Amino acid sequence: MSTVPLLSVENLSISFGGLKVIDDVSFTLEQGGRLALIGPNGAGKTTIFNLLSGVYRQDAGHVRLGGQLIDTVPSRQRIGFGMARSFQNIRLMPHLGVVENVMLGQHSRADRPGGLLAPLSFLGRSKARAEAEALLAEMGIEVMPGQDVSTLPYGIRKKIELVRALAARPRLLLLDEPAAGLNGAETEELMAFLDRISASGVTLLVVEHDMGLVRSLCTRAVVLNFGRKIYDGPTAEVQRDPLVLEAYLGPRHSDKSEASDVA
Amino acid sequence: MSGYWIGIITILAINIVFAYGIFLAVATGQLNLGGAGFQAIGAYSAAWLSAEMGMPLYVTIPASILVTGLIGFAFAFPILRLKGVYLVLGTFAFAEVVVGIIINSDALGGAMGLPVPDYIDWPVPVAGAVVAALICFYIMSTRLGLVVRAVHDDDVVSDLMGVDVRMVRVAMFALGAGLAGLSGGLYAHAYTYVEVQTFNSALSIYVLLYVLLGGAQTPWGPMVGAAFFTLVPELLRNLLPQMKVAVMSVFGVEGAVTPPDESWRFVLLGVVTVLMMVFRSEGLVTRQLVERLSHPFRRRSSNATQKEAEA
Repeated sequence: MSTVPLLSVENLSISFGGLKVIDDVSFTLEQGGRLALIGPNGAGKTTIFNLLSGVYRQDAGHVRLGGQLIDTVPSRQRIGFGMARSFQNIRLMPHLGVVENVMLGQHSRADRPGGLLAPLSFLGRSKARAEAEALLAEMGIEVMPGQDVSTLPYGIRKKIELVRALAARPRLLLLDEPAAGLNGAETEELMAFLDRISASGVTLLVVEHDMGLVRSLCTRAVVLNFGRKIYDGPTAEVQRDPLVLEAYLGPRHSDKSEASDVA
Repeated sequence: MSGYWIGIITILAINIVFAYGIFLAVATGQLNLGGAGFQAIGAYSAAWLSAEMGMPLYVTIPASILVTGLIGFAFAFPILRLKGVYLVLGTFAFAEVVVGIIINSDALGGAMGLPVPDYIDWPVPVAGAVVAALICFYIMSTRLGLVVRAVHDDDVVSDLMGVDVRMVRVAMFALGAGLAGLSGGLYAHAYTYVEVQTFNSALSIYVLLYVLLGGAQTPWGPMVGAAFFTLVPELLRNLLPQMKVAVMSVFGVEGAVTPPDESWRFVLLGVVTVLMMVFRSEGLVTRQLVERLSHPFRRRSSNATQKEAEA
């Protein structure tokens, strides 16, 4: 075990126009940990994900992955450092089949440039395809060869997006609202799925609104409000924190609950 | 074979090569409306080398690919910074510039055109079409092909998956330009004469139509599209008089009917184009269609499991 945290976010800030969307946010995430990133709508959770994955460039601050500075690395190369992500709205490639979507996830591990011209489906089979099919099967997704992504139910597409991210063999997995739009049974299935991923050693950073899922999946939570970090601690106590209550429910309510906590 | 059919097969083969050139750019999501410009570069490279330098065929044809590919590569860097309709206009303007340069160039014959000494018979363009098709089928079956389709669907996510989006787009654009150049070289030698009026904006639009209406998801699309738009006008040439006879007989007019005007063929072609856009906007050949045709048994079994799941 190294003492260097897997992910370390240091004084990260970004403004859009005059608006400070992320304001001096710092947190760390240890190897194998499960951290929830929560906060009201517009708090800047997805913006943090976009900063980590390089879609946006920060105005100030640093991001380290496994001790290496990655905040100036182009977004395309960050997956090579062991970071993969899912998206709030499923962003599978509509014109690629299920297996092909997963094969795209392997891309960052493929040999280059020679690997680019290696046939993937010239005679129907290839190592990459077999690996993608095995990964799908391992995660309990049964698909027909060449099945279209668009014909599948929402819950399964959500899972396939997760598998695509896993195909990169990441150390750190960023999940943006993995349970959004899932029903109760699907959420439970997802939980088991994420437990298995976590058990295999993948570190999880999860943006989620479903507090039940947050409490059962993550031991620690970072709460954002208006781009600032207002809480960093165990998920069990997050709902008793006065600042968090104020952020979600408004100041009067938090006074009352604080009083009831004392009483 | 009659001269008529030889002529049709030659132009069909050249159109297929041309369509594959545009297809490679369109497959990455880049609409290239400068096809005529690239074909003109290929045609004039071959014509000039053949007429002025006395180069043999095995030099002029590869040169038409190389020159056009390099110009496409150099042009791809600035032009692929543009997106959507601006890219379409940029490539369109490129073709106009090419035509403008040729028409003002004495060395290339200007508006008079250039005669080409070496003649090629139909097997050469057909071989060119086969090679172009094989190249495209191979590329689309590799990891590069997978990445090309991914970039077409979502460039932001492709980038996060580690795909060098810009490299893929530039490479496909340049390779496509090379194929369009080959179609130009074949054209120059098959018709033994090039003139700049051939490479007009209508040609750019037609070749893009071959690709879009044939379908840009699989390499079958450009072939089907080019065949459709080359052969249907020819079929209509014979069919239209018969149709007119049939229509007139409904109105009780029998016997000798004057043949309809030539331009009616293109009216019908336009109608067919509109209908295809309405009913098959993703092109005649889609990926799903290819899957269904190539895995009939799997298809059936997937239907069965779907029914089980529903029950």
